[in-house]
Amino acid sequence: MSFVPGQPVTAVVERIEIQKLSQGPNLVLGFCIGGGIDQDPGQNPFSDDKADKGIYVTRVSPGGPADVAGLKIGDKIMQVNGWDMTVVTHDQARKKLTKKNEHVVRLLVTRKTLEEAVKQSMSRPGPS
Amino acid sequence: MDTESTYSGYSYYSGRSRGSHRHGERSRDRHKSRSKDSRSEKSVTINTPPAEPLLGDSSVRGEQVQDDNWGETTTAITGTSEHSLSQEDIVRITKDLEDSVGLNCRRYLTRILAVILGVLVLLTPLAFLVLPHLLWPDKLQKCGTACEGLYISIAFKLLILLLAVWGLFFRPPRASLPRVFAFRALLSVLVLLFVISYWLFYAVRILEAQDADYQGIVQYAVSLVDALLFIHYLAVVLLELRQLQPCFSVCVTRSTDGETRHYNLGQLSIQQAALAIIEHYYSDFPVHNPALLSASKSRAAKHLAGLKVYNVDGPGPGNNPAAGLAHSQSRAMIAAAARRRDTSHNELYYEEAEHERRVRKRKARLVVAVEEAFTHIKRMQEEEQKKSPGDVMDPREAAQAIFPSMARALQKYLRTTKQQHCHSMESIQQHLAFCITNNMTPKAFLESYLTPGPTLQYSRDRWLARQWTLISEASVTSGLRDGTVFLLKCVDFSLVIAAKKIPFVQMSEEYIDPKSHKFVLRLQSETSV
Repeated sequence: MSFVPGQPVTAVVERIEIQKLSQGPNLVLGFCIGGGIDQDPGQNPFSDDKADKGIYVTRVSPGGPADVAGLKIGDKIMQVNGWDMTVVTHDQARKKLTKKNEHVVRLLVTRKTLEEAVKQSMSRPGPS
Repeated sequence: MDTESTYSGYSYYSGRSRGSHRHGERSRDRHKSRSKDSRSEKSVTINTPPAEPLLGDSSVRGEQVQDDNWGETTTAITGTSEHSLSQEDIVRITKDLEDSVGLNCRRYLTRILAVILGVLVLLTPLAFLVLPHLLWPDKLQKCGTACEGLYISIAFKLLILLLAVWGLFFRPPRASLPRVFAFRALLSVLVLLFVISYWLFYAVRILEAQDADYQGIVQYAVSLVDALLFIHYLAVVLLELRQLQPCFSVCVTRSTDGETRHYNLGQLSIQQAALAIIEHYYSDFPVHNPALLSASKSRAAKHLAGLKVYNVDGPGPGNNPAAGLAHSQSRAMIAAAARRRDTSHNELYYEEAEHERRVRKRKARLVVAVEEAFTHIKRMQEEEQKKSPGDVMDPREAAQAIFPSMARALQKYLRTTKQQHCHSMESIQQHLAFCITNNMTPKAFLESYLTPGPTLQYSRDRWLARQWTLISEASVTSGLRDGTVFLLKCVDFSLVIAAKKIPFVQMSEEYIDPKSHKFVLRLQSETSV
């Protein structure tokens, strides 16, 4: 999940689709986000690179739509419904996630275990 | 200073007690010698100007704007040679003579009046004390201890009064103003009335009745001196303290080159404000340099020079009245000049850029030359004095020794910045000796040549600002008001002065509890979605 300045960011991502749950007048997703380009990246407990200003999942409410869909705490959200989440402010990220007329959000998230899994599968000799 | 250093207004307490006559004569003698000096400076001597311009350049003041027709219509007017006076100088000198004669009478008159009033006031308490002893000594009661105590009090109060008057009124006068200073006149009238009323009372009640109670008379004299001290306090408040608090902001602009400064003045009359502004002028404004104005004049002349108006119809009898003809002519000229494609702005731009470049080049050469020149001499230490007593020089000789190496660069620089008439060779050498004596660096020496300094920095004949005329629509003894505008005219230029009231300041307070300065770290904000 670290990036080399000047090179495009590459990551192994997992596609997660969350159905919004309507609680009263609101639509909730069941998780909390932290981070953003206007926040202090040094405070982020989940990032490897303490200069990473991306959007991270800080809490997942158990049994909520995000938990059901497979979102884990500490995931970095790369895209929401096609909108980029790597270089956005905290408020912009919140807005993209809580659009009232969308009932489904499709996220691309990345986490360290994904990379390791891919590395392992690449180093294992596979069927040619 | 050539702005007529004379006595302004009245001084109504004389200096010394019994020797008032002597003092009056002494002051008059002082004054006479002073006026003689100033008069000799302005005497009409037609010989070479006292300060030779640098390397014999002819004075820039003789430069005249070229009149297009001069070759055809007039005989040639040669520029000013060293032995003639230009028309300006003659006018100036005659004006100086006239004014100095007229003002001398006024000075004498005011001085005499002031001395008379002073003597009267000073001798009055003493006269009150002495007259009973002279007129009815036998009837008079003996002066007891309380009475003698009052003698001491009178003596000290008179001494304090004398010192106070000397401090307030016996300062060297700074200027002679066109009109009488209203407050001073008021105060002297007040004092006169006061003293007269005391004398009246004394004459009627005491002299005629031949009052025997001497202590009462002494107390009366003491009360007079007390009241005089209070009047002196009033004088201090009216003449000195009232104008200290700034009330108006005046904007002073020189009419020829637009130099502007702003000053804060208190509640003054217009003539006093003018005096304060002139004193500020001498120290703040850079010296007036007429050579710098010739460029814009020639540009203005060129604008309309290319156009000539011909009247094709000829002067018909009663066709066009002369005024209408001139009017239409000027209109036509303005229209034609506006239509003409004028590239003079282009010329101006390139000329200014070129001039800037030239000035900077000359300045660089000058700085290098001066620095090099200064390395040739050094201050002799005490020990070396015993070693080589041969080549020891005093500052003047040292200056003369190193001057030639920088003279050329300096002359070229002054010529480029059109300052060469402000500095003569003698003055430059004097300045150099001064800088050497005081251990100044080359940069400090050059400072007075690189930037035009205030008027007083230059020698007297370069001031171009001696006789001032106050031109004002309101009466000059009326006070300054918001929007007052007046002019101070000199022979070569004028200062335009506009006054504005300083706004009334409304200040409110806000209390900040020192404990209210608290801070938190800006953590990552979490939002639940």
